[in-house]
Amino acid sequence: MSVAPTPTHVPPTQESAVTPTVPTTEAMPTEDQHGIKEHSDGRFGFVPVQTRSDRFKSVNVTDFAPVTGREAVWKFSPVAKFTDLTAGVLDGSTYQVESAPTADITVGWVDRDDSRIGSAGAPEERAAANAWTSFDQALAITVSGEEAKEITVTRADLGSAPRGAHTIIEAKPFSRAVVILENIGDARLTENVEIVLGESANLTVVTLQEWNDGAVHLANHFASVGRDARLKHIVVSLGGSIVRVNPSVRLAGPGSDTELLGLYFADAGQHLEQQVYVNHDAPNSRSRVTYKGALQGKGARTVWIGDVLIGRKAAGTDSYEQNRNLVLTEGTRADSIPNLEIETGDIKGAGHASATGRFDDEQLFYLQSRGITEEEARRLVVRGFLSEIVQHIGSKPLEDRLQAAIEAELRGTEEK
Amino acid sequence: MSVLEIKDLHVSVETDQGTKQILHGVNLTINEGEIHAIMGPNGSGKSTLAYTIAGHPKYTVDSGSILLDGEEVTTMTVDQRARAGLFLAMQYPVEIPGVTVTNFLRTAKTAIDGVAPPIRTWIKEVRDSMKQLRMDKSFAERNVNEGFSGGEKKRNEILQLELLRPRFAVLDETDSGLDVDALKIVSEGVNRAKENTGLGLLLITHYTRILRYITPDFVHVFVDGRIAEQGGPELADRLEDEGYDRFLTESNVG
Ligand SMILES: Nc1ncnc2c1ncn2[C@@H]1O[C@H](COP(=O)(O)OP(=O)(O)OP(=O)(O)O)[C@@H](O)[C@H]1O
Ligand SMILES: [Mg+2]
Repeated sequence: MSVAPTPTHVPPTQESAVTPTVPTTEAMPTEDQHGIKEHSDGRFGFVPVQTRSDRFKSVNVTDFAPVTGREAVWKFSPVAKFTDLTAGVLDGSTYQVESAPTADITVGWVDRDDSRIGSAGAPEERAAANAWTSFDQALAITVSGEEAKEITVTRADLGSAPRGAHTIIEAKPFSRAVVILENIGDARLTENVEIVLGESANLTVVTLQEWNDGAVHLANHFASVGRDARLKHIVVSLGGSIVRVNPSVRLAGPGSDTELLGLYFADAGQHLEQQVYVNHDAPNSRSRVTYKGALQGKGARTVWIGDVLIGRKAAGTDSYEQNRNLVLTEGTRADSIPNLEIETGDIKGAGHASATGRFDDEQLFYLQSRGITEEEARRLVVRGFLSEIVQHIGSKPLEDRLQAAIEAELRGTEEK
Repeated sequence: MSVLEIKDLHVSVETDQGTKQILHGVNLTINEGEIHAIMGPNGSGKSTLAYTIAGHPKYTVDSGSILLDGEEVTTMTVDQRARAGLFLAMQYPVEIPGVTVTNFLRTAKTAIDGVAPPIRTWIKEVRDSMKQLRMDKSFAERNVNEGFSGGEKKRNEILQLELLRPRFAVLDETDSGLDVDALKIVSEGVNRAKENTGLGLLLITHYTRILRYITPDFVHVFVDGRIAEQGGPELADRLEDEGYDRFLTESNVG
């Protein structure tokens, strides 16, 4: 394989397997009828390529200009609805956390000078920096021990005042666990979650957003994956008014591996967003990104941006990212933007796909003409569509729970 | 003995240019076990008749009725009609993302029978039917019609016909887009379904070639939204030789 010029920015194309010899161009967005788009990235014409890793970073909120909504990281978000989180004073105090005692997992508060803080990443935008500046203590979930184990850490009482928070999840070398972050109740929260995997650790992190209807949640997850370690990261966003969870994973050690899964179901008026970033920064690393979303009801809005950077050190990378959206009713909008930057010619594979399809009247007619009722038809399609993600979660109780949550979503929208 | 009666059926469709009348008084009676072929030029309203029987929401019944064993069908929902025993093999089967053929068939069978089919016999039944229709096993795990070729979609329709066991089936141009081998396989499937269940068939086609493999009891010539002539199988041969010209007035395009 030949060595490509640096950096090569590959424009989004449908179902493309990409080789690093594609010239540097930017695709013009096109729209077809019904507002259904293959790739709707809203950019116009040529945009100079900025390597994702070159983005400005700071843990200090005052280093960022006030948010206008025109910034790359904010341009799809309803920023006017959470100026308290980007510009206001945040409550950074500790809060109620619930979890069952689990062998080889500790959960507790640590001071700002804990050496792990800042080890996995730093904010690229103002809400995250505001949280970082504001938190008093960080919640630390520390995993050790080679036995498989699972813990659910629940936050149910964050209240509706603006809050900043910081969490560290550390998996010691060779440790193994499933950590479920369960978010319910009210919230106006901006937070950073750092996930650090030592050598050969095997960690699954599930972040489950089942907030109350009015909740606003802006989260950045920064993960650093060590040599031969494996991170499975799953974002499930179902409840809340505005939920934006942006996982950013650095494959830091040789042979590191990550699987990033996402599942979201936007109802009327909900804004669910995820900006996923995988940074291949070591040889022979592997990543798989699969996000699936359903949209139903007027004003249901989803955003998925998937950036993959295959850096100069990342020879032998194997990477694939995809996002699929299923539009169930009129009046919704799904943006889906995959980006791939490749700085080395010596990779095993890199590809991406993105598609937004609708469940339309003809599909409904077809299913009904086989005796299936309208409600059952809708459920069949959504369940089938999202189950690909659910089935990969790897925790049977959680899978069952999510399946039930999806059913509840479907029932909820039928009642409206 | 079941009977499907279509009486003086008038149907219109909403278009951008306003309401358009398509069916102008269709009369047709199909008894269980009979095969009726409907032949007619493009645009004569054959698919409209098929969709109207199935209950597609785009088509409005202005007057007339469709009776299944004396029960009015036109006021039933689409799924009620299917559960009452009607089936439409579509001219253009629809792709259903996220739903596998296996899952779809099981859900449909359960809906139609009112109870889930016994798992072991059902799996075997599905597998046997697929085999006879020369559908590869892998189709079972694919999403319904997604990425299927035209011929594969038609086979999938006949697979459903065999498994769902309706009392009356409308086959809308099931023959179009099939090569000779596929046409034979599909026709065998239809004949098998008829042998096994004794259903009544309304076979819509533009050409006579499928009638070489499925012998109709009656042939109806459909022109400009109504039946212009009826006869036995010999009428099909005549149409093959003469075309539709003698039925067409200047206002019609064949
Ligand atoms: N949904 C619709 N919107 C607008 N016009 C329609 C619609 N459905 C049918 N028509 C019109 O009604 C007429 C009959 O159409 P139909 O599809 O029933 O014909 P057909 O006999 O099945 O034709 P073909 O042999 O091409 O399949 C045509 O002029 C068609 O354009
Ligand atoms: Mg037709």
